[in-house]
Amino acid sequence: MIEVKGLSKRFGSTQVLTDISAVFKPGMINQVIGKSGSGKSVLAKCIVGLHVPEEGEVLYDGRSFHHLEKDEKRQVRQEIGMLFQGSALFDSLTVIENVMFPLRMFGVMEPGAMRERAELCLQRVSIEPEKNKLFPSEISGGMQKRVGIARAIAMQPKYLLCDEPNSGLDPQTSIVIDQLIAELTEEYGITTIVITHDMNSVMETGDNIIFIHEGRKHWQGGREELLHTDNPELSAFVYASGLMKRVKKAMGG
Amino acid sequence: MRILFHIGRYFQLMGEVFGRPERLGVYWRRIIEEIDLLGVKSLGIVAMLSAFMGAVIALQTKSNINSPLISDTLVGFATRQSTILEFSPTIIALILAGKVGSTVAAEIGSMRVKEQIDALDIMGVNSAGYLILPKVIAAVLIFPFLIIMSMFLSVFGGYLIVAATGIISTSAYQTGIRMDFMPFSITYALIKTEVFAFIITTVSGYHGYYTQGGTREVGISSTTAVVYSIVAIIISNFVLTKLLLA
Repeated sequence: MIEVKGLSKRFGSTQVLTDISAVFKPGMINQVIGKSGSGKSVLAKCIVGLHVPEEGEVLYDGRSFHHLEKDEKRQVRQEIGMLFQGSALFDSLTVIENVMFPLRMFGVMEPGAMRERAELCLQRVSIEPEKNKLFPSEISGGMQKRVGIARAIAMQPKYLLCDEPNSGLDPQTSIVIDQLIAELTEEYGITTIVITHDMNSVMETGDNIIFIHEGRKHWQGGREELLHTDNPELSAFVYASGLMKRVKKAMGG
Repeated sequence: MRILFHIGRYFQLMGEVFGRPERLGVYWRRIIEEIDLLGVKSLGIVAMLSAFMGAVIALQTKSNINSPLISDTLVGFATRQSTILEFSPTIIALILAGKVGSTVAAEIGSMRVKEQIDALDIMGVNSAGYLILPKVIAAVLIFPFLIIMSMFLSVFGGYLIVAATGIISTSAYQTGIRMDFMPFSITYALIKTEVFAFIITTVSGYHGYYTQGGTREVGISSTTAVVYSIVAIIISNFVLTKLLLA
């Protein structure tokens, strides 16, 4: 479980996050939604320790991340898998080398076992074995995302963070990626946080949804509650697209 | 005040670069790759520049000797001295600051803007050490070989032009390059080379590592890295010369 308590972050004189508190439970898809510039990605970066918040703390199963010693932080980080918006695969490494990378750096496996584990992860995300020797620039965006997921789960993480996993993908591939994240979360009992502004993704897989608006937590709830919200900012966000407006009309809204 | 901020952050980064590495085996492989990228791939440009500069020094020296009282052996002597003391260690280091420095800053900078450094940090990898340390070690190991090769080719370039044009006799040139040779000159040149190798890789690594923004900023980081490396080389060249020779 990941718990965020009273998190505030500013850059210079700009306050980006204000007093955010939330609990992200294991085995379900926790989604952080909000408009572009609302502070979602900064929240994700504070959670994984890339940004240090001015106030508040992030607890990984009770361990206050920002108060840990350097080595303890490194230990927690090895329990985190992250899927980046742009996949962040290493250009100079092949697909399989990318997945083997965390195993090489921290694993205690023999080289053969490392390769087997990497192949298993790639198989799990439906990457054909013949793609293993290709470089990231030689595969499609959707495939890069899947390789990114394979790399994130290689070390069997307890926590998985996905920063806009659907950005730049077509609707069909987006659904494949969403379902894959949901399956892995359930299969391994991972605490998964998905940062997104894709309403299809929210309606498809969101179990615990947190809405951030202008750096503050405005709302938290499930998918069904989301559709019937009376929060004006959230309602404007959810029903911004023509499709969602038609859904609202069909519901008699 | 801005310069103090950069100096402080540079030394802070160096603390991380020389921090405990995760897996020595992984670093060893990276060092080999960097030796190839930073050293072996610079052989061509260093060889060509060295040979031509040696030839130019020989021609210039001869064309400036007007007095019959000055021996032709001065051509070989001047070529050797300027090559070993300044041209090979310093001028080649400036060329390498342009070639290697921009490569290092652009590579690390683009990894920063593509969030690959964030990915390393989240995995718990010491990203500064993983990315910069192999480059520093590779440059410190391979640059002395490049500089020794440069010294040899410069002196040989001078010999070739003397032989080809007949401005002086080749025997006078050979006598000149052997005249009053002090082996410490080579030590001095190699000490400078090691310092310059360190400066080029760490200053460029620093600028790449702290790149912010997009591809335009990667270009700016790359240029800044080269400029700062050159300035640092020129200043440290003065300090080292004062300390070692004066």
